[in-house]
Amino acid sequence: MDVEVIIKNLPLYFEGLGTTVQLVALSLGCGLALAIPVALLAASRRWWLRMPATAYIYVFRGTPLLIQMYIIYYGLAQFEAVRESLLWPVLREAWWCALVSFALNTAGYTGEILRGAIANTPHGEVEAARSVGMSQWQIHARIVLPSAFRRALPAYGNEVIFMLHGSALAGVITLVDLFGAARIVNSRHFVPFESFIAAGAFYLGLTFVIAWLFKRWERRWHAHLRPRDGAGGSSATPAPFTAR
Amino acid sequence: MFEPIDALLGTTLGSPALLDGYLYPYILAGFALTLKLALASLALAVALGLLGAVARLSRSRVARGTAAVYTTVVRGVPDIVLMFILFFGGQIFVNWCGAELTDLGERLGVRLGWDYIEISAFAAGTFSIGFIFGAYMTETFRGGILAVSRGEIEAGRAFGMTPAQVFFRITLPASVRHALPSFGNNWLVLAKATALVSVIGLQDMVFRAAQAGNTLREPFTFFMVVAVLYLLLTGASDLCLRWLNRRYSVGVREA
Repeated sequence: MDVEVIIKNLPLYFEGLGTTVQLVALSLGCGLALAIPVALLAASRRWWLRMPATAYIYVFRGTPLLIQMYIIYYGLAQFEAVRESLLWPVLREAWWCALVSFALNTAGYTGEILRGAIANTPHGEVEAARSVGMSQWQIHARIVLPSAFRRALPAYGNEVIFMLHGSALAGVITLVDLFGAARIVNSRHFVPFESFIAAGAFYLGLTFVIAWLFKRWERRWHAHLRPRDGAGGSSATPAPFTAR
Repeated sequence: MFEPIDALLGTTLGSPALLDGYLYPYILAGFALTLKLALASLALAVALGLLGAVARLSRSRVARGTAAVYTTVVRGVPDIVLMFILFFGGQIFVNWCGAELTDLGERLGVRLGWDYIEISAFAAGTFSIGFIFGAYMTETFRGGILAVSRGEIEAGRAFGMTPAQVFFRITLPASVRHALPSFGNNWLVLAKATALVSVIGLQDMVFRAAQAGNTLREPFTFFMVVAVLYLLLTGASDLCLRWLNRRYSVGVREA
């Protein structure tokens, strides 16, 4: 083990850490914004509203993120129309391609998580909202969505960790994220063990931070489900990360 | 034999090049490799998962600790990073062992014929994916085993079965129903993770699509073909898993 190489290259790793955190945070934000309409449509009772959203979820969950990223990064340039459009300066950049594909991908997974949570809304909550005369819009904004967010929280925590892990693919399309930094260190000094283990340690640390943050968040949002002092028993939230 | 497929793809994607031998056999041979890789890794993952689950539930603190570290670390690091560690690092590690053994042999006066070993990309890919998903399977099987009701296990013991008999005849078969949904989930994630081996140079369908797309300057077309093939794989798996789920839940009342 050659620890010196890693210490010498720590600035590069920290640069990669910055890119990773930035990419993950932005794609999670955009992905969540897109996931809410997708989930509402997928939970709709009208088939012509439900179908496009279900197809979106099916396609993005059924294909590898790597392929989605390749289609956007390498594939779109095939078309003259894309190359001449206003979007080309954006779609030419690896950074934007990674961001767009990550956001679309996480929107598919988050959309499915939220759809499940919306479908599980207790009937009484909706009835209560209706009985006080709320409109459909108000029911969704004030009751259904906040209630669904609470139920979706544990599964969403897993999704965030998966997005972090998926973001390592950015290193494949030349970006210098944590994985990209490890690839550079490896090609410069030929230390595959050290370089990738160092990146792995950074990812492991980030995973623990995310898991810890979500645990705290759940404690707050699920406070009403926690057993009272002395009652014993465990909280209603499942264990941290499982495969999605 | 593949004329209908060619004709279909030729008309829907509007690319005559697909007819020129690129889809069949070139890409479809890659699809076969992807399938083989996925199934081989699944077999390894199931074996590791069972071992891990037994270790996590065992009374030995060492076994429990080892299994806990295995699942926590593997599930906390991106699969592509682990793959690079195992693929490049594994190569170096095996040959370092070889060199050390040869040295030791010479000192003892034994000549060991351990030359530089080139691990095949397929073996390395199978090993890394199997190793990674073994950790997820460990958690899946652990959950399934814990969900088996105590009464069934006690009944087995009451019949005078040995602990091994109880495990293989009662616990394991009864845990299938509980483990199946999560198992199916793992399989779908595993199948998609096989795409990553193209990055370490294995000629799976992703690798081949990238090559063909590059040659013909039609990357979009070829990556779309691969996306459709993956959709077929995950879609078919989903149907099979639903059928299995129904079969294993016979006699269980829906809540």
